[in-house]
Amino acid sequence: MTVNLVLIIVIGVTFACGVTLLLERSLTRIVVGTLLVGNAVNLIFIVASGAPGRAPIVDESDPSPMSDPLPQAMVLTAIVITLGVAAFLLALAYRSWQLEGHDEVQDDVEDRLIMRLADLDEASQSYEEGAGDPDEEGADPAEAER
Amino acid sequence: MTTDSAMSFLIPLPVVLALLGAGVCLALGHNARAQRVISFVVLTAIVGIAATLLWAADRDGPQVVYVGGWPARMGIVLVADRLSALLLLVSAIVTLTVLVYSVGQGIIEFGRDTPLSVFYPTYLVLVAGVSNAFLSGDLFNLYVGFEVLLAASYVLITLGGTGPRVRAGTTYVVVSVLSSMVFLIAIAGVYAATGTVNMADLAVKLQEVPEGVRVVLQLMLLTAFSIKAAVFPLSAWLPDSYPTAPAPVTAVFAGLLTKVGVYAIMRVQTLLFPDSPLSELLLWAALLTMLIGILGAIAQSDIKRMLSFTLVSHIGYMVFGVAIASDLGLAGAIFYIVHHITIQTTLFLVTGLIEIRGGSTSLEHLGGLAKAAPVLALMFFLPAMNLSGIPPFSGFLGKVALVQAGVDRAGWLAYLVVAASIVTSLLTLYAIAKTWNRAFWRPRNEEPDEVGEWVPSTGTKSGEPWGDTVTVTSVRSLPRAMVAPTLTLVALGTALTLVAGPLFGITERAASELRDRTPYIENVLEDGTMPGESASAEVSP
Repeated sequence: MTVNLVLIIVIGVTFACGVTLLLERSLTRIVVGTLLVGNAVNLIFIVASGAPGRAPIVDESDPSPMSDPLPQAMVLTAIVITLGVAAFLLALAYRSWQLEGHDEVQDDVEDRLIMRLADLDEASQSYEEGAGDPDEEGADPAEAER
Repeated sequence: MTTDSAMSFLIPLPVVLALLGAGVCLALGHNARAQRVISFVVLTAIVGIAATLLWAADRDGPQVVYVGGWPARMGIVLVADRLSALLLLVSAIVTLTVLVYSVGQGIIEFGRDTPLSVFYPTYLVLVAGVSNAFLSGDLFNLYVGFEVLLAASYVLITLGGTGPRVRAGTTYVVVSVLSSMVFLIAIAGVYAATGTVNMADLAVKLQEVPEGVRVVLQLMLLTAFSIKAAVFPLSAWLPDSYPTAPAPVTAVFAGLLTKVGVYAIMRVQTLLFPDSPLSELLLWAALLTMLIGILGAIAQSDIKRMLSFTLVSHIGYMVFGVAIASDLGLAGAIFYIVHHITIQTTLFLVTGLIEIRGGSTSLEHLGGLAKAAPVLALMFFLPAMNLSGIPPFSGFLGKVALVQAGVDRAGWLAYLVVAASIVTSLLTLYAIAKTWNRAFWRPRNEEPDEVGEWVPSTGTKSGEPWGDTVTVTSVRSLPRAMVAPTLTLVALGTALTLVAGPLFGITERAASELRDRTPYIENVLEDGTMPGESASAEVSP
């Protein structure tokens, strides 16, 4: 099986960009990140299909130099699915902007409640130091009492 | 010649009927009654089909259909062996019951601007995806099944589009998309290494792949499925996203979606990578999933979140069974899946009722429910005791089988996991007892707890089952259309004890079929096996 080095490099760079964007808080960037990662995965299928050949149409071209049609069929399915999910994520981002005026993904409210419970407990004072979340300081009424 | 039996035409029906029903429901968007009737008829039919398939698979071995009539290695195959058919049957029964429950819930809310017209079609698409994932005999089709059920679940988890649901849904969608990407990369790798995605074919061809490549592929598939199944290091998304959805949605997600992930792990581990070097890793994952999940559950003060954490914790039991991979271990794991689908769904449905009756699911606000609603208390008590594994119930039987399998395997790691599973069982009892004491036993309107002055700012905390802005507080009587299906599931969960003998017989036969692999591979490949390449001779270790 021959492998195209340029394709591999392109996949690596696209992946890296996608993952970087996925780590952001803004949902729009996350959408772009998933699209990049999705396209990198689609390229992996092209690599998996082996060396390029003639168009895989029966009776049109000779079977021996024909490229493998199955990965292409899979990629088409994957592209459609990625498109659908991206549309849904964009709708979520828009809804989030409608509701709150921004599209940043927020922390879990119940998690904060549990963290506050842990904070009230004398034994778990050290938890505060470890958490180090800037959002946490402002939202904590117990902090003001001290 | 079992593949051409009369049953094979039934195999695609659970997927096709559900999708067809979804289409018709969508077309009838404004007629809620017609939607309900269609959904009910479709799901009832699927229950019947699944039962027939289970009967046929148990009698004649795996039932196979080649979709579109393509020969074995060319097209997509759907396979109903004992494991698939059994899980299909249980999930069909549970989805049917939850559908009736959601109709009941819809009726209270009816007349307001509720997104019910979207609910039924999406729900049917979810069923189609779950059925496709269970029946698929092909890795890529399994991926498509996952995507269908995930796409439906994205819509259901953000139903109504309220602030908290959008927030929780975002995490859920992004995590799911990531797991799908990992799965796709694994499929590309599998195809590049073997040139096929047919699972029976792979079971033969993967033997010739170098050990290192095989382990990498296995690890990637396990990572993808572990995210979906919420196995420990990859489980943090679940308790964050499930509790904000409407009660029926959470119930069916908790019951089914994680189990589809566990099913995929089980299928891949037994069929594609038997005797794998990664079973030790799975044992560690099981250990940590159980302990960390249940410790999370103890810390929660909201019933839905507590149940979500126990859900994560008990996934550990199933992974434990898969990791041991003996006949008894797999049989115990399958039995546990059946038990857990029923019980976890029931508990979330009951919590939905608690939310309507008591106006909240937070333990800070609930109290005195045992006196105020004795039937509700009973409906919570039975499955809760079942979940924590009190002797007469099925949870206990499943745990005993798994513990026995762990002891049989021997070795310090197996004993450690056995000990952890017993500790987890006790801690589950503790978490359940805490919930019971505070929500049901203690008198209502006691002085508020230490965090009482802090009012949770989540919009949906106070009973807004469909995301409406109207708050439902302390309804005196519960709607019968919701109580009846919940009672049915409670009875079913309790009855699992009565039918435990025959049920365990089926799961044992399913487990030995999984371990044997020959019937599955031969039935799928029988008309495509090349001369001189005897599938059975090559795969039996």
